[in-house]
Amino acid sequence: MLKIKDLHASIDEKDILRGINLEIKAGEVHAIMGPNGSGKSTLASVIAGREDYEVTKGAIELSGQPLEELSAEERAHLGIFLSFQYPVEIPGVSVTNFIKTAINESRKGKGLEDMPANEMLKKIKEKSELLEIDRKFLSRSLNDGFSGGEKKRNEIFQMAMLEPKLAILDETDSGLDIDAMRIVADGVNTLKNADNAIVVITHYQRLLDYIVPDFVHVLYNGRIVKSGGKELALELEAKGYDWIKSDVTV
Amino acid sequence: MSKYTEDDLREELKTKEYEYGFYTDIASDTIPVGLNEEVVRTISKKKGEPDWMTDWRLEAFKMWQGMTEPDWANVNYTKPDFQAISYYSAPNNKPKYNSLDEVDPELLATFEKLGISLDEQKKLSGVAMDVVVDSVSVATTFKKTLSEKGIIFCSISEAIQEHPELVKKYIGSVVPRTDNFYAALNSAVFSDGSFCYIPKGVRCPMELSTYFRINQAGTGQFERTLVIADQESYVSYLEGCTAPSRDENQLHAAVVELIALDDAEIKYSTVQNWFPGNAAGQGGVFNFVTKRGLCEKRAKISWTQVETGSAVTWKYPSCILKGDYSVGEFYSIAVTNNFQQADTGTKMIHLGKHTKSTIISKGISAGKSQNSYRGLVQISSRADHTRNFSQCDSLLMGNECGAHTFPYIEAKNNSAKIEHEATTSKIGEDQIFYCNQRGIATEKAIALIVNGFSKEVLNKLPMEFAVEAQKLLEISLEGSVG
Repeated sequence: MLKIKDLHASIDEKDILRGINLEIKAGEVHAIMGPNGSGKSTLASVIAGREDYEVTKGAIELSGQPLEELSAEERAHLGIFLSFQYPVEIPGVSVTNFIKTAINESRKGKGLEDMPANEMLKKIKEKSELLEIDRKFLSRSLNDGFSGGEKKRNEIFQMAMLEPKLAILDETDSGLDIDAMRIVADGVNTLKNADNAIVVITHYQRLLDYIVPDFVHVLYNGRIVKSGGKELALELEAKGYDWIKSDVTV
Repeated sequence: MSKYTEDDLREELKTKEYEYGFYTDIASDTIPVGLNEEVVRTISKKKGEPDWMTDWRLEAFKMWQGMTEPDWANVNYTKPDFQAISYYSAPNNKPKYNSLDEVDPELLATFEKLGISLDEQKKLSGVAMDVVVDSVSVATTFKKTLSEKGIIFCSISEAIQEHPELVKKYIGSVVPRTDNFYAALNSAVFSDGSFCYIPKGVRCPMELSTYFRINQAGTGQFERTLVIADQESYVSYLEGCTAPSRDENQLHAAVVELIALDDAEIKYSTVQNWFPGNAAGQGGVFNFVTKRGLCEKRAKISWTQVETGSAVTWKYPSCILKGDYSVGEFYSIAVTNNFQQADTGTKMIHLGKHTKSTIISKGISAGKSQNSYRGLVQISSRADHTRNFSQCDSLLMGNECGAHTFPYIEAKNNSAKIEHEATTSKIGEDQIFYCNQRGIATEKAIALIVNGFSKEVLNKLPMEFAVEAQKLLEISLEGSVG
């Protein structure tokens, strides 16, 4: 589904990604781990099409379609979803209004009519129940005054509503207590199926107890320096990243 | 993929032309340019006014001659040459129409272009409209329903003829002729406007609406509006306007006076979309308006305004809270773009005990525009236990515009509770990217963010007006992504 070939990207002339190769198939869960500043969030932003980053070399394809000419919203219409590490606040725009706009804009992008209101309401009800979201929450302004847990749950709610092909969860576990993490992870697990793929970006192994990855990749200095199965995450947890760092310099 | 930045947005806003820039060719009866006592007399005579009115105007003219144009506002413009303006312009054929079929088809076409065809308005919204085209009313609807309730809704000229006792009692009672330079000028030369009287205990069954338009090159427009809500009555009044695109500056100096007697309530809503000038800052309407309301005991006046047009705006809808327990409210959205300048806000004058006021001001600046909030909250020494809450939020787009807040507070009674909150924010790239990532294109994202920012005020508008206002906000700030 997602193919990344020799991807180099920079911001303000500073190289962050230095040759990423990654292939993700439908139905798979990949975890990307690595120390701070290794380029994890940059990779997520570059896949999503953030303009601040310049792709200097390499290519990204989603289901055979090259992404470099596509804007962020066009990539979203193709089914790329990024759960933000720091979701932004939009005062005065309710969660419901925002998701309604997002869904209808995506449909418009595909040449479809707006989703009928009753269908929308049904879907909102279904997905909010799935994620144990209080209905009152839906009429609050987007992320405005939300706790860390509420913000992340709202991200997963949007993911549930938009039903992406490829979902990238950027540090979704940061700022979550154990209960919130479980709810978020349960949500992600229910949304997982044979046709979509999930990329979990995380520092720590603990989220991976709940969202079990098929593959674990270690990102360091803008490159994937090690790949393996879920046991790699446990090894990292036990040994820390220094082991990887020294390995690389050898 | 093309990178869409705030710079692009700014570019786009610059090229955004005035959507309603067209001009209706209706034969007009215009008097020569210039202003002197004779002109004032001519205006009064053309309108067949009684002597007391003519004298009132002449006195105002004398007062005006001794006054100078104010320059304290945070705006820069070439002062109008008051001798180069024609002070009266009336459509030539002026029969009173019984139905819309009789109205000049060209005028109807204009309204259709604006999407406010009278026919549609009448059918869909049940709004009675007193249409002001170039200063003289040409069509009034729903008069019958209103008159059954004893409500008077007519042009001010008609009111001077038919209800002189009311006009004489209240005109200039809230905005005295000496109040300011433009109020004095308006008092001398006002051409027409609306008059509304709601009798005691009557709740006006519909929103009263007037569409103002400036339509004659070089014609200043001097509207005069007087709304009187008698004891325990209620009225919601809508004022909206668009103007055709012109090359030269057009002066608009209106006066609006509201009187809410004991236990009465007046809701006054405005959507203003006058020609703001082109992207180079040429042309556009000068909007120097004096709006003020007087509240007697337990009365309430709410001003709600959506200001998107005009090259220069100078406007402070105010409330004099004279009666004990009276309430004043001001809700405002002011959008400025290109070279537009707006200095707007309110004055809440607390004279009575237990009086309460609320101010919510939302300023949105783009392009090279300057947007200022100027407000005064004044608590007199006799006004015990008064309360005020003010909130001024500014939203900036790009790096060349400005937002300013000038809140003045004068409290002479220490039982007063006054709160002021102010925020300034910028539409951030993070917000835009977040929306983009969820499939929402930049243009739509901006509309969404702006609407969210303005929501508290948009919610205060009557339903049919809120839709129009939302459309206007999008027109003012949106462009097609190129």
